Amino acid sequence: MSVVHVPYETLANALGANELAAAFTKRGHHVVRSGSRGLAWTEPMIEMDGIAYGPVAHVDELEAVRLGPVDALPGLAGQRRLVFDRCGGRSPWDYDPTSLRAWLERSPDEILADVEASGLRGRGGAGFPAHIKWRTVRDTPAERKYIVVNADEGDSGTFADRLIMEGDPLRLIEGMLIAGRATGADTGIVYLRSEYPLAAETFTKAIAIAEGMGLLEGFAIELFIGAGAYICGEETSLLESLEGKRGEVRAKPPVPAVAGLHGRPTLVHNVITLAAVPAILEMGGSAYAALGVGASTGTMTFQLAGNVKRGGLFELPFGLTVRELIDDWGGGTLSGRPIGAAQVGGPLGAYLKDAELDAPLSYEALADLGAGVGHGGVVVFDDRVDLVEQARFAFAFCAHESCGKCTPCRIGAVRGKELVEALQAGERPAGQLAIIADLCDVMEQASLCQMGGMTPIPVRSALSL
Amino acid sequence: MPAAEPQTVRDICERWVGRTGAPIGALREVVATLGHLEPPHLETAAHVFNLSVAEVRGIVSFYADLRTEPQGRRHIRLCQAEACQAVGARELTAATQERLGIALGETAADGSVSLEAVYCLGLCAAGPSAMVDGRPIARATLQALLE
Repeated sequence: MSVVHVPYETLANALGANELAAAFTKRGHHVVRSGSRGLAWTEPMIEMDGIAYGPVAHVDELEAVRLGPVDALPGLAGQRRLVFDRCGGRSPWDYDPTSLRAWLERSPDEILADVEASGLRGRGGAGFPAHIKWRTVRDTPAERKYIVVNADEGDSGTFADRLIMEGDPLRLIEGMLIAGRATGADTGIVYLRSEYPLAAETFTKAIAIAEGMGLLEGFAIELFIGAGAYICGEETSLLESLEGKRGEVRAKPPVPAVAGLHGRPTLVHNVITLAAVPAILEMGGSAYAALGVGASTGTMTFQLAGNVKRGGLFELPFGLTVRELIDDWGGGTLSGRPIGAAQVGGPLGAYLKDAELDAPLSYEALADLGAGVGHGGVVVFDDRVDLVEQARFAFAFCAHESCGKCTPCRIGAVRGKELVEALQAGERPAGQLAIIADLCDVMEQASLCQMGGMTPIPVRSALSL
Repeated sequence: MPAAEPQTVRDICERWVGRTGAPIGALREVVATLGHLEPPHLETAAHVFNLSVAEVRGIVSFYADLRTEPQGRRHIRLCQAEACQAVGARELTAATQERLGIALGETAADGSVSLEAVYCLGLCAAGPSAMVDGRPIARATLQALLE
C-alpha cells in the first residue's frame, strides 16, 4: 500500500486529520504525519505519490477532492518558500543535519556578514534590522548571553510561528544555533503561548532529536509556556515573564541586546526571523536581499485570514499589493461580497479600505499609509464590517491586554472605549471624534510600548481620522 | 479541600525552584493538576519561592491561565479576535451565551459548563474558532460546541 502523508497540525487536526490518519492506517497504508502546507481551505489535505487531495472527508472519497500534483498546486505553486521549504509532505523528524553542521563551521564574522547583506528585518512586527541586534549582543561583554525566541504569537490572523513549530521545528532550532554561534550566546529559550499545545509537543520532540544528534553540545535550548497574556509578545514584557514576574514592560533603553534576560545581553527575535536565517546562509545574504522591494528584503510569511475564500500561509517576496494577496492568492471574500476592509498586521494594524488595497506589502509603503506589516497577517472583512465597532474593539482589546504600567495605555484605552461607545450612541459625534483624535495622539506619543503606542493605528484608520 | 493538596502544590513548586519562568510555570502546573488556584496554594508558592503572598497574587492576577475559580465540567473557549469576528464570531458568541444562559467569563450554576473569551487560537484561516476541553474546533458552530 502507498505512503500517505497526513498533516499533524492544529488546524488540520481540528478538521479531522487525526481520524483520517487512523482510517488510512486501518486500510493498511503507511501513514506519515507531516507538516501542513498551510493551505487552510484544503485541510485536511493528504498527499499520496506526489498527488494532493483535499479537503478529505473520507478515505473512500479521494478522487472527488483530487487537487493534482503537489508541485503545481494552486496557492502553493508560485510561492517562494525559504522559511517553509521543508514544511509539508514530509515528516519533520526526517532530518539531515549536514547543512547545519557546515553553517556552524563558519566564523561569527562570516555569519554576521551574510545576515547584514541579507537586509533581514524582524518579522515579529517592529521590522528592526537583525544584524544590528546581533552585533550589539556579540559586542557587549558578559559571562552569559541569551537567544530568546518570541513565539507568543497573539496577533489575530497570524499562525506562521505555529505552522513552522509544528511542521518543521528543527528549522527554528537551526536558526537559534546559528544565532548562538554568531553572538556568543550559549542558551536559547523559546517563549511559546499556552494556546499552542501541539506546537509545544512538536518543539519538545525537536529539542530531543537535536540533542540525540549531538547538535546541542555547548548550546542549551529550553521551552517555556506562557500563561495567557497578549502583552508578553512585547519583548521586555516577555523577558519579565521569563524572570517569573508580571509581564509589565520595561522602559528602553537599555535595549535587551545590551541588558535583557537577567540583565544580560539577549537577542530577542520572532520565530520567523530566526527561521529565515538558514536560507540566508544557504543562498547567501545578497541573493536573499535581491528578493523583495527596497529595504523590505527577502520573503515574508504572509497569513491570510478572516472572510476570505482561500486563507492560509503564503510565503512570498515583499512587494505584492494587499489586493493581489487577497484576490489572486485568496480568491476574494468567502461571502462573495465586496471587500469592506482589510486589517494588516494584527490587532495593532490599520484597517485599509478599498482605495488603499493597491499599496504594496512592504515596510515602507505601509508606513506611508500610517500602517505596518506587523507579523504579516492580513484579516479580510466584507462590506458588512462595522468599522466604528472595530475601533471600539481596538480600544477594548487594549484595555483588556494592557499591562497597566503606563498611564496613557492603562487609562487611555478605557476612556477610548467609552468615547467610541458614546459615538455609537449618537452623543455629540463631532465632539467625540475630536477627543478620540486627541487621545490617539497622547497614546501614540506617551505610551511606554507599542501596545498603547500603536492602538491608535486601528482606531484612526477605522474612523478615518 | 483534601489534605493531600497542599503537599501536591509544594511538590510542584519545589520542582520549579531555580527554573526559567518560575513561579509562573509552577502555578500553571498547579492549575493543570488541581483545576484552579486557592488562597492556600498561593501561600505555599510564596513560601517556596521566597516571595510575599502579595507578589504571588500580583502574578496570578496578571495571567489569564492562572485561574482562581473552578471551571465547568465542559470548558468552552470562544475566540473573540478580529479574524473570527470577520466570519461571525460575534453572532456565534451571542447564540452560545443565549443557549447556555451564561455570559463570557461565567460558569453555569450547576457547574456543567463554563464559557471563556480567548483572543486568537491561531486557526484564523478557518474561523470562527474555539477550544472545547482543550480540543481545537475550526469553523465552529453552536452545534459543534455543544456536542
